[in-house]
Amino acid sequence: MNAQTFLLWSLALAELLFVMAMAFSVIRMLRGPSAQNRVLALDAFYVAGMGLILTFGIQTGDTVYFEAALVIALLGFVGTSALAKFLMRGETIE
Amino acid sequence: MTPGLPDWVAVLTAILVLLGSILTLIGTIGLLRFKSFYARVHAPTIGTTLGIGCVLIASIIYFSVLQSRPVFHEVLIMIFVTVTTPITLMLLVKAALHRDKDAGKDHMPSHPAD
Amino acid sequence: MTALVPHPVLSVFLLGLWLLLNQSLSPGHVLLGGVIAVAGGLAISTLEMPRTRVRKPFAIVRLAFVVLLDIVRSNIAVTRIILAPTPPAKSGFVTIPLELRDHYALATLACIITSTPGTVWVSFDSAKGLLLIHVLDLIDETTWVQLIKTRYERALMEIFE
Repeated sequence: MNAQTFLLWSLALAELLFVMAMAFSVIRMLRGPSAQNRVLALDAFYVAGMGLILTFGIQTGDTVYFEAALVIALLGFVGTSALAKFLMRGETIE
Repeated sequence: MTPGLPDWVAVLTAILVLLGSILTLIGTIGLLRFKSFYARVHAPTIGTTLGIGCVLIASIIYFSVLQSRPVFHEVLIMIFVTVTTPITLMLLVKAALHRDKDAGKDHMPSHPAD
Repeated sequence: MTALVPHPVLSVFLLGLWLLLNQSLSPGHVLLGGVIAVAGGLAISTLEMPRTRVRKPFAIVRLAFVVLLDIVRSNIAVTRIILAPTPPAKSGFVTIPLELRDHYALATLACIITSTPGTVWVSFDSAKGLLLIHVLDLIDETTWVQLIKTRYERALMEIFE
């Protein structure tokens, strides 16, 4: 096995592992048991998704994927902090 | 897939990407295995620090060699992730403490949080 | 000059960000990035952020290496806890009295503590100077207090105060 095929197989395996990581986060998201667990799982979910997209970028040799990963990083942060803030406010004002 | 890529770059990229994906996976395994929310908070940080870090370093090395010029805009993602994760986790833990206090479960030590 | 660039560090960061995103050093992009850097600095100055003076660049580099090493080390530690057949022995909250007051130093400390797996910054009581963190593998409270104080707080005080 030469280095090129090794890289090819490692990238495929890494993608599989990232998808598994996303699946595990989804399981935690579905099981809960409370809203904070689900938001935490969403955070882990988008981080794994970002890793998957970066791996796609290496696989295809296309730098466009970098931009997608950057957008995910920014939107994921905004989304999770908005949800966390909502969890705090939603309960205190009630 | 890409002619002219030195072997050591291919092997290094492969190992770093694999390491990153394994670490991210371990983080989510922790997310599933741990029993309480406060223990679970720690698990995904593996993915956000070394997990994504390894993939980004692999990407930097790979594209720098591929395009034979320094490509390091991946550093931006690293900066954003390290600056933003503390904020989200801090907000989440605070929210969880609030909700637990409202539900009548108090995890706090002797000193109040705020 | 200070009127045009009230926050030099931020402006340099914005220019670098622009050039990195466009992956170019052409005069056009440098000019455009410069305009964005100045505009961003002026926009931030209307927020009247607290100012700070960063000293000892060597100490910053040394702290960065210490933190990088700690991130790798605690990644291994937390990985071991996750993969261990038995769940973690005990996790809990630790209260740490801090002498650090500078806002930027505290923000940096929050990034450091949360970026190292196994510890999460929970809250900081600025009136009493009490920091609350959550630790995954809490064996001894005093060792954690000592670790944060000697490893990070001293270095941050050296840099920021």
